[in-house]
Parts: sequence; C-alpha cells; structure tokens
Amino acid sequence: MFTRREALMGVATAAILTTLPPFAVSAQADEAVINALPRVKVKLVAPPFVHAHDQVAVGGAKVVEFTMTIVEKPIILDDEGATLHAMTYDGSVPGPLMVVHQDDYVELTLINPDTNSLAHNIDFHASTGALGGGELTLINPGEQVTLRFKATRTGTFVYHCAPGGPMIPWHVVSGMSGAIMILPRDGLKDEKGAPLSYDKVFYIGENDFYIPRDESGAYKSFESAGDGYEDMLKVMRGLIPTHVVFNGAKGSLTGENAMKAKVGETVLIVHAQANRDTRPHLIGGHGDYVWEMGKFANPPAKDLETWFIRGGSAGAALYTFRQPGIYAYVNHNLIEAVELGATAHFKVEGDWNDDLMKQVDAPRAITTN
Amino acid sequence: MQRPAQILIGSVTALVMGAGALAGAGSAAPEADGARPPTVTILPGLFAYPNPGEFLRDGHPVAGPTTLVSFERPFEIMKYQVSVADYEGCVDAGACRQADAPRLRVPNNPITGVSYLDAIAYARWQSERTGQTWRLPTAMEWAFAAGERFVGDAADIENDPTNPARRWLSLYERESARGRTAAPDARVQGSFGTNTKGLADVGGNVWEWTATCYVRATLASDAPEVVSRVENCGVHVVEGRHRAYMSDFIRDGKSGGCAVGTPPDNLGFRLVREPRSRFGLAGLKRYLRGLATPATD
Ligand SMILES: [Cu+2]
Repeated sequence: MFTRREALMGVATAAILTTLPPFAVSAQADEAVINALPRVKVKLVAPPFVHAHDQVAVGGAKVVEFTMTIVEKPIILDDEGATLHAMTYDGSVPGPLMVVHQDDYVELTLINPDTNSLAHNIDFHASTGALGGGELTLINPGEQVTLRFKATRTGTFVYHCAPGGPMIPWHVVSGMSGAIMILPRDGLKDEKGAPLSYDKVFYIGENDFYIPRDESGAYKSFESAGDGYEDMLKVMRGLIPTHVVFNGAKGSLTGENAMKAKVGETVLIVHAQANRDTRPHLIGGHGDYVWEMGKFANPPAKDLETWFIRGGSAGAALYTFRQPGIYAYVNHNLIEAVELGATAHFKVEGDWNDDLMKQVDAPRAITTN
Repeated sequence: MQRPAQILIGSVTALVMGAGALAGAGSAAPEADGARPPTVTILPGLFAYPNPGEFLRDGHPVAGPTTLVSFERPFEIMKYQVSVADYEGCVDAGACRQADAPRLRVPNNPITGVSYLDAIAYARWQSERTGQTWRLPTAMEWAFAAGERFVGDAADIENDPTNPARRWLSLYERESARGRTAAPDARVQGSFGTNTKGLADVGGNVWEWTATCYVRATLASDAPEVVSRVENCGVHVVEGRHRAYMSDFIRDGKSGGCAVGTPPDNLGFRLVREPRSRFGLAGLKRYLRGLATPATD
C-alpha cells in the first residue's frame, strides 16, 4: 500500500513503484490515511463462540477496534476441584477469538484494572515488531494501553501474555492466551483457489495446566497466584501437565455445553495451543480441508484423520457433517484426551446415511458351523 | 517513616535544604548479638536521587528525573545483609518460610533465595522479638546509604520517539555488556568490603529488596514534573550492582521477574531500624510535611 504522498505521484510512476520490494515504500505510517479509514468496533464473545464477521470482506481495509479487559480470577479445572488463579483476557480461558481481514488494522485497547495484582501485556504472533507488541503493551494494574498493528498475513495466530523472563510461561499456563483469525479479503479457498465457506465457526483453545499437589496427592490451593508461583514452577519444569483441557476446564465443551451442528452444515474449527503440541482428531469424522499450520496462503491439506497443531500456533479445519450423532473432538494423545481432559463433543442432528455406514448384522453369539 | 524533603531537578545543582550536612558519613554501632545486629548510622545529608520506575514523556520512555533529597535526620541501617543464621532463626521460630536452598548454607553468608514477602516477614519477626521497629529501607534510603556504590538505572539509554526499537537495542547492548558475575554464589559477610558510610557488601552479588513500589509515571512535556503516576506494589525496587524491579514473590534473582535487564545474581536484604521517638512534635510536623511532598517513596 502506498502512502498518500506516493499515491499523489500519479500513474506515471506506478509501474516503477510496483517493481520495488515492499520495504522500499516509506515505513512511516501516514496517520492521515489510516485515520481516514472506516472504523468498526467489535464486541468480543467468549469461546467457543466467535463474534459475527464477514467471511468475504465488504469494502476496503478498516481499522477494527477491540477492547479486552484482563481479569485475574480463580477458576476450577475439573470435578476434583483443582483451582487455578487464572490470568485471562476478557475473563475467559482461552481469550476470545478476534477476526479481521488481511490489510485491516487491528486496534486493541488492553485494560489492566487495579483490582488485578500483576503486570500483563500481549504478544500477537500475527503482528510484526516489538516482540509481537509485547514491548509496547506492558501495563500495571490501574493502566491501559492501545496498540495498533496491521494484519499483513492471513491465517489463525496465537496471542499470549509475555511479561518477561519466567513470567512468560507462568502467565501462559495460567490461561493467558487466545487467537486471532485474519481472513483473506476474498475469503477461504481450496487447493485450486475455489471459494470455501462455513456455516458455523467454533474456536477451541487448548491449555496445559500444572497444578501442584500436596504430599497426599491432593491439589494444593493458594491464596493468590503469587503464593502458588514457586510450586507451580516446579511442576512446570517437569513438563508433565496435570490438566490438558479445552476451553479452560475439563468437560467445558461436553454435555449441555457440547457444540451443536446439523448434517450438511460446514463447520470451521479453529484450534489454538499457545504452549504445547497437540493433535486434534474428530472421532467419526475428518478434516475436509485443514490448514494445519493455520496460514491461509498455503493450500489446505485434504481428508485428514488427525492434524498437528504446533505449540505456539493455531490451526483451522473445515468439515461438513455427513452423519448425525455425538462426535468426540479430542487431542489424539488419548491419555491427554481421557485422563487429562482434552475432549469436546459435537452434537449433530440429522438423518442417518446407510450408504456411509450400516450395521449389517447386530452383535450376537458367534456362529459355528 | 521519615520522609526527606526533596525537590525535582533536571541536573544536579548544589541546593542546600534544611540543616543537613553535605557529606553524610556513617558511624558504626558496636557489634552485637543476633537480636541487635550491627548497624550503621547514616548521618543527615543531601544527595541527588535518580527516581526508580519507568517514566514516559509524550508517550515515550525517558530516564527518570533526579530528585535532590535532604535527609534531615540520621537513620540506622544494618551494616551487613541479613545472614543465613539470622534468617534461620526466623524460620525456626515459625515466622519465616524456608529460603530457597543455596548451594552453600554457610551461617555467616548473607541469606539469599528470599522474596520481598520473606523479607517483610523477617522484619516483622525481628521487630517483635526486639520490641523495636525494623523494616526494609526505602529505595531512597538505600541509595543514600549506598553512597559512592549506588548505581541505579543507567541514564544513557538511547531514545528515538520515531523508532522505539533503538531503545530496545541500546538496552540490550548495555545488558549484554554487563554480563553475569563469574561467581554468583553468595560469599561470607564482608567479602565485598565496606563503603565510605560503613555499610558492608553494597553492590556485591546479593541484591537487596527495598520498600519502594515500582511506579510508572508520566512527566510533563516541558518539565521534570510528574503529572500522573500508577504504582504497582506487586513489584518492588531491588537495589545492588544495578537496579531491578522484581515481583514480590520472586526468590531467585537469576530467574528474574521483569522483562528487561540482567537479573540479579541473588536476592537478599538488610533492614533499617526506626528511631524510638518518631512521634514527637517535631517528628509529626516533619511527617506531615513529608506527606505533602509529591514524589516521595
Ligand atoms: Cu499476563
């Protein structure tokens, strides 16, 4: 994109300009140009849901304004009552999914209320410079800051807190991560460039937690996050999580909170893991189109059984449900799925398709002849 | 707590306030047992105090303002950092948590592996068992007592409002040049000598907790005057070979607590003893005047 001054040079030089590498264009943002862009305010919603958005951009680049308030609060991770002094973006673990289009400007106001006790910031893997914005966003309780960055690359990207040194992993495994999805302006495409779209989008943030136990094996509880810091650090250094969960707690996307879809509906599943590798698998289904690394400039892989999300990244999988029933969406390390919590459910309504599957002969005693 | 008179100055000028003598030499109290650790009396005096914290002007980080501070009364501070033996007394009494295990547990070494929270627990215990008031020094008192060994924040950080990265590169270069101590293990008390005021081991390899909260302040565009400030008392100023800002629950200096800077080798502390009669009429007046002063610790 040219600055206004360069644009005024006219068509005569346009050919020359386009042959220059992009960084030869003046790096100084022309604030007047950015200020003239339309601004939209987005109200974020808690996961696994995603705020309303256009899949294909309407109009030109915008400045998209978001506000997130950091909330430090205890959360319960499982039915044993293991408690974490969570650090959250906007009160949820994971932090909400933000959606913009390529070339939009993301303008985030981050608020750290004085009821919190720790300094926090935000590192957007989607952004360029300043440790992902972390250097420009460190705020104490009682402060707020506004960061703007340009959405130059498409894809799903993690954001997380990174307040320096050992605070970084500690804040991340205390829940402080989320994701942003930057869609191509003309929407998602298959490997041949044909358009793809979804009826629904679900956003699954996976977290690994490291809750200390006492001598008897019971989870320890602490008065504050700081009180539990050293003990948690010891568990963290062992690299064996006590919990691997979706949406902040074991069972938070099952039962009444299971995700709902219908046969014939196409669902985009965004899966983010800020810290640790994972391998999503839809039991009884597939990934029709999967951006394992999450970056839409690469063609999607097709017909995957299990896909790999590298720790510190977010991926996206598109799937059209073809059969009704309960689908388990798991981290296919099944110990993590079943014992540590990384299981979600889809409840899918619709008509059964015998062509795809049929129980030809029901279980009975083995025939001997 | 005594609040010294102070004014903000851009550059240091000799401006005498009150009755303080300029050079505040110290005098050591007689050696004593653990309940009455050896202390040094810091005599009144005037000094230029580089304020700790982070300061912004027009949205950009700048070096903190220097305050000309006049200590009008003497104060008493431990000659040595609190020792392993002293601290273990507090642990044995059930008033302090066990410190992080040092590689060498030598009774006459300074205690290390202690957080701000541990330090104030120790001060409470020390006060209770002696019937005196012991507390952490403010960063200002520490800086004054550190005398010629005071370092503070480096002021020569490059700052280019159009390019924030220049500051980060410059900080990084400074921090990597500083490097780590070759021998980070704590050494027996007195190993790093005494300063001109009689304090031992200032600027050795044990950094010291202070009672001063981390602050971020916005300065006026045209004056070294603080127009707004947000204090974060979950982070305290740590002083030593250089200044650091650490979360209160951090015990291992090496693992750090703040983003920027070479982390301290070790975290320890020494305490100040409050004079007994602090609420005489003159003391009260001074106290109230101190409260009215803006940029105090
Ligand atoms: Cu944080």
